[in-house]
Amino acid sequence: MYLSLAEAIKDAEARGVTLATVALEIESRDQGRSIESIREALGRALAVMRHAVEQGLTGDLRSASGLVGGDAAKLRTGPGGPLAGTLFRDVLMRALAVQEVNAAMGVIVAAPTAGGAGVLPAVLLGIGKQKQVDDARLVDALATAGLIGAVVAHRASLSGAEGGCQAETGAAAGMAAGAATEMLGGTPAQVGHAVALAQQGTLGLVCDPLGGLVELPCVFRNATGAAIALAAIEMAMAGIEFAIPADEVIDTMGEIGREMDVRYRETAGGGLAATPTGRRLARERLTQIKRA
Amino acid sequence: MVSILDIIGPVMVGPSSSHTAGACRLGLIARDLVAGTPESALIELHGSFARTGEGHGTDKAIVGGLLGFRPDDERLRDALTIAEKEGLPYTFEKTTLGTEPEVHPNSVRITVQREHRKHTMVGASLGAGRIKVSEIDGYPVDVDGSSHTIVMVAEDIKGSIARIAGLLSDDGVNIATLRLSRKHRGGDAFIVIEVDERPADKVGADLRALPWVRWSHRIDKVGG
Repeated sequence: MYLSLAEAIKDAEARGVTLATVALEIESRDQGRSIESIREALGRALAVMRHAVEQGLTGDLRSASGLVGGDAAKLRTGPGGPLAGTLFRDVLMRALAVQEVNAAMGVIVAAPTAGGAGVLPAVLLGIGKQKQVDDARLVDALATAGLIGAVVAHRASLSGAEGGCQAETGAAAGMAAGAATEMLGGTPAQVGHAVALAQQGTLGLVCDPLGGLVELPCVFRNATGAAIALAAIEMAMAGIEFAIPADEVIDTMGEIGREMDVRYRETAGGGLAATPTGRRLARERLTQIKRA
Repeated sequence: MVSILDIIGPVMVGPSSSHTAGACRLGLIARDLVAGTPESALIELHGSFARTGEGHGTDKAIVGGLLGFRPDDERLRDALTIAEKEGLPYTFEKTTLGTEPEVHPNSVRITVQREHRKHTMVGASLGAGRIKVSEIDGYPVDVDGSSHTIVMVAEDIKGSIARIAGLLSDDGVNIATLRLSRKHRGGDAFIVIEVDERPADKVGADLRALPWVRWSHRIDKVGG
């Protein structure tokens, strides 16, 4: 797989093809597997994402601790805010839905991780529904997202324990922003700007789950991660260029992750997990799980 | 090498790729050591597995793996109840297997017994669903579950590796890697062979038929 987005963008531009095309070709070569069979596997992932969104929207799921669940349904049927009826609200709702399913031990696609699994389906399926995007193009978008994620994995990290939440929901926002930009007809260069714009907005984001559980704030951070992806897509599609190339933004994320204190890397030792309320809730809820 | 399908995947039961999917894979490997659902299992959790395992469903995931459920199987959620129904008595304990960085924070020691077989393994969930088994029956090993693997203990006699390689070749199995470890010189050799295709049952029977092979098991690929 490509080790930099710049290299992938150069190849795609030189041949006048999409990043999805070059990504699928390299994957096929690397894995000794036909493009058709890779597309089929991505199609299965797409089906699981769709199912998770539907399941989460029913609103009757509770996590093991009871800390999260039922909030996606509030965005579906609850009172409207200033963004009622918009794509924005629809995307937030889907992000919460997938992450509530995850917290309740439902089936999700860890893309790139379980903790950041809500962002990509929310953005792609939300936009896909509004713009009536067919499955073949959604599969292409997943390939582009996979390429972006692979570059992040190589240059930085996709693990909250290694790099904080910037490496999970942050990376997911970059993947979703780039993939959706291409799905909407953006050029490979615009995809690069979308990735950079999304990831610059999540630099420094810590991983601070209450009690170490993938619940709070994880569920909501998927929604805000998706919101950042939408902001990046809107700016990139308008032709806005971010001066620092995506690869360098990703490198920066990796560098910040390596410098990040261990309290902010999934250990529940700092951040929201270490607030008085965070500690109290974790204590109460973990006791409840043990009794159950 | 990072693959697109590693990034857009795995499809799994939540909530945590390390605490749930990886834990399930460790259970699946322990199951293969006794070639079926164990009749009893002792699961000793270390570090983060011991601290936050219950909230992440690590207990359910490991027991689900022992029952043969894969990381995307929704039955994982009810694995503890199913285990009780199907007669898999399990015990969980918290333990300390050592200190970091020698021992990964998400580590577990699993002891399983079925019929005349009893084995113990130590493994860790490394993140993103990746795992590493570092010890089987006290022998240091390195099994990551990304390939079909044969593990065996044999007397350390001259020419044993050549015989094994020849036998696998005759059975049409292509060796990807082969590693051998001994507790001491002249002691039994622990052999880990990663192969490209899932070996047929006959391969195991042929290996076990060699007089100097103490035991041999096939561990199925459990994903990346």
